[in-house]
Amino acid sequence: MISVHEPIDSGGMLHPELRAEHDPNSIMRDGRRLDHAEGTSKPLRVLPEPQPRGAKVRGNRPVDQQEAAGRFIAAPEHEKMHDERLWDLRQKRDREMHGIAEWEELRSLASAIKEHTLTHLDKYLDQFETNARANGIHVHWARDAAEHNQIVHGILRDHGAKSLIKSKSMLTEECGFRAYMASVGIEVTETDLGERIQQLDNEDPSHVVVPAVHKLRTDVAELFSRTIGTDPDNTDVHYLAEAQREATRPLILDADAGMTGANFVVAETGTFVVCTNEGNADLSANVPKLHIASIGIEKILPRMEHLAVFIRLLSRSALGSPMTQYTSHFRGPRDGGEMHVVLVDNGRSERLGLEEFWTSLKCIRCGACMNTCPVYRRGGGLSYGATYSGPIGLIIDPTFNKRKYSNLPYASSLNGSCTNVCPVKINIHEQIYAWRRVLVEEHEVPLAKKVAMKAAGVLLSRPMAYRAAIAAADTALAHLPRFIIYNGLNAWGKHREVPHAPKQTFHSWYHANRGGKP
Amino acid sequence: MRIGLFIPCYIDAFFPEVGIATLELLERFGHDVDYPCDQTCCGQPMANSGFNTECADTEALFVRNFSGFDYVVAPSGSCVHHVRDNFDAIEQTDEVKEVRTRTFELVEFLHDIQKVDAFPWARFPHRVGLHNSCGTLRRLKHARPSELHEPFFSKPLDLLSKVAGIEFVTPARPDECCGFGGTFSVFEEVVSTKMGYDKVSDHAQAGAEYIVSADSSCLMHQQGCAERIGVQMKFIHIAQILNGVSA
Amino acid sequence: MSSRDDILASIRANLPRVDRSLPDVPLFDADPPVSLLSAFKENLHRMGGMFLDPPSSGDILVPIRIIIAGAKIVCSTVPEIAGNRDIAGVDASRDLADVDFAIVRASFAVAETGSLLLTDADLHVNAVAYLAQHLIVLLDPTDIVVNLHHAYRRPDFRDRHYASFHSGPSATADIEGVLIHGAQGVRSLSVLPVARATDDPITQ
Repeated sequence: MISVHEPIDSGGMLHPELRAEHDPNSIMRDGRRLDHAEGTSKPLRVLPEPQPRGAKVRGNRPVDQQEAAGRFIAAPEHEKMHDERLWDLRQKRDREMHGIAEWEELRSLASAIKEHTLTHLDKYLDQFETNARANGIHVHWARDAAEHNQIVHGILRDHGAKSLIKSKSMLTEECGFRAYMASVGIEVTETDLGERIQQLDNEDPSHVVVPAVHKLRTDVAELFSRTIGTDPDNTDVHYLAEAQREATRPLILDADAGMTGANFVVAETGTFVVCTNEGNADLSANVPKLHIASIGIEKILPRMEHLAVFIRLLSRSALGSPMTQYTSHFRGPRDGGEMHVVLVDNGRSERLGLEEFWTSLKCIRCGACMNTCPVYRRGGGLSYGATYSGPIGLIIDPTFNKRKYSNLPYASSLNGSCTNVCPVKINIHEQIYAWRRVLVEEHEVPLAKKVAMKAAGVLLSRPMAYRAAIAAADTALAHLPRFIIYNGLNAWGKHREVPHAPKQTFHSWYHANRGGKP
Repeated sequence: MRIGLFIPCYIDAFFPEVGIATLELLERFGHDVDYPCDQTCCGQPMANSGFNTECADTEALFVRNFSGFDYVVAPSGSCVHHVRDNFDAIEQTDEVKEVRTRTFELVEFLHDIQKVDAFPWARFPHRVGLHNSCGTLRRLKHARPSELHEPFFSKPLDLLSKVAGIEFVTPARPDECCGFGGTFSVFEEVVSTKMGYDKVSDHAQAGAEYIVSADSSCLMHQQGCAERIGVQMKFIHIAQILNGVSA
Repeated sequence: MSSRDDILASIRANLPRVDRSLPDVPLFDADPPVSLLSAFKENLHRMGGMFLDPPSSGDILVPIRIIIAGAKIVCSTVPEIAGNRDIAGVDASRDLADVDFAIVRASFAVAETGSLLLTDADLHVNAVAYLAQHLIVLLDPTDIVVNLHHAYRRPDFRDRHYASFHSGPSATADIEGVLIHGAQGVRSLSVLPVARATDDPITQ
């Protein structure tokens, strides 16, 4: 029992017991700790524990996010590490924010630039295509995931390519790209460490920026010992990362083609921009002669001067690092090389027509909303059972499948922190709220919820009936929570105590002490 | 001035002392405070869950109860947030709009309308951790949330710092959600209670004897969580401290 | 209809009917650091890069010579210092797989983020900056701009097919947030301030 009221030195941590010895490799010459990229600002350690797996996805049935989140929470070492690490990213983000006087102005600019571009999307895409073609880039258009996969396969087939190295791309996750490539006999190797871990473990990325953030070093050690032959007893992170580098390097050198996504596209110059910390996108793009980039149509910006705003915001928001280690601008193929761009719609143009939700297309996939989200940090990204997890996932996933993702907009306390950290000012929590209305209107919520809410609506609009219920509650504690929170007693009392019943309600007190009608 | 007192359902049923403190506090400033007896709720629980149509009658009842006051004051940020920002299941007549703009949360009322500069009757010689509910912090803008690069301000701290003897502690995550979230607390009870455990543990680590808040709903949830995991913590509504509760 | 026409038609049918003008982006340079070089150096260090202090007299390249002493394969694209792998003779990118040190010159640097811009003209073969184990960059101290707003007004982004900001070495912390240099690309990045030779074609 925690009963002392003497403050303990938590070092700004919720779980101070995670503090570990300094990693000497992360110390600068002047003694300060290096925490660029996704590095933590303080070293953390937890005990080994089996990794909880993600949501059970069964076809089109609604994903039970809470069930999977519950299993993640039941693995305390994973949950603590996940929560502290992501909160650390949020704190690093705050530090970077305070270092930039014009931060809020940059967010407003970013939002305005994106909204302008999205409301003129046809024009800017056309301009990009013209300029990219003039620079020697082959431009393709894909209506949906299937067409994207076929186009890429077609390009590879034309070149007799059998192996592909690629950098992380949420769009290709959306498209089920790796599974498709496996079905047509093309060997795909992810080159981002986190994404490679997820590929080897046959798991989706759990976060848009740090795909394996839900795993512990012991999970990775076990995985690597099975897949790339590392020593199962060696859980040293440097050893594991180095083993992966050595195992991946030959695949990079021998690949027939390389693939990247893109963080931004500049219409004026026909450029696409890729940001990584590992330099793996640059290896994927620059080692094989053939480079294919898969790009969502919403990534476009008008001019180079606009790009500056987003590059200043992206990594600071995502990781609390001033810049990604590599920010690469591709305007055309290199000598002797070939460059293809596949512009993918996959539901985006339709989303543009959703009056309450079109601004979700402003998203630059920084993951800041996930890092700050208290629900995401507790439940883990795989609990959402969808390509996009966390707050941004709650408002994007239902556009792909309302039924399957009908529970997701309820996986939020509507606290609004996501909206405040969003570098492009998407009103995320308001869209979550709006999605609930849409799902109710379209009958995508469970009957029990509907019955409870209808009953509550009836009771709360009838003072007499309401008073009768409260009066009954006065004498029956067991009924109180049921009434107050309009749901089963168990849901409240399962993991927390019910409130203590007072001697009288305020209503009765008021009449006893201030008169008025009984 | 004539004030309509809105006491949300869970305060009525579980925390009558919060309603009493709010009433007495407003009376201390010489206001004519009336508690319309037919009041029930603002409609938020249904709206919050997406059932907007289901709260139309409740919203209409709210307007009938609170029409004609100079101000409507409630000791609950989340309810006031609903009335002010989301109360749209009924037709937006002039009367409805009037009630919506005249509805204030207690801290806002004391800080912005009453502009209180002293609570000479209040003394609270304890170490407290302030919990800003998300509705007051990010919707009603009681304080500068930590996510924004804006000058610091905090209306509840301004008020509480006028109370003799009070001492504040700062948890590691001052404005992290406690996990109540209205119906979230039951629809997603596992995550909700985990957030609650973390919230009370964070305040306990910081050395708080009390968690004080302008929202009893958050406190009800946190108290239930603290009792379940055995964190010794007391919970108190800001109205009680400002009204000079003897703890 | 082609997919292209389909997509554009769908976009036009769904365009939000709201008026959103394109804002001008200020340069945000009202309060520049006293010394761009010092600011660059500080931020480069934060990103895990190493700034090599030039000797006060004598051979300015000594810090590099010390680093590469004993290295088997050095590939230099700069006239100031010779390597033993001629980049002009590299046929395919993978021929650079055994390079220990690559030495290149940056087009310019950004004080705000400690970044260096390396273009296809600087690299000759783009992959050299990623396949080498270590990267050493020469930077003319007069080639530093204050922030990214200034950086993106440079002509390199309109002229070059490839231009990449390097801010420190290859890094990852994908496992438990433990920072590691050399995830896939170079294990270290060192920068030595060396003025451009006046006959350097890039300055002409």
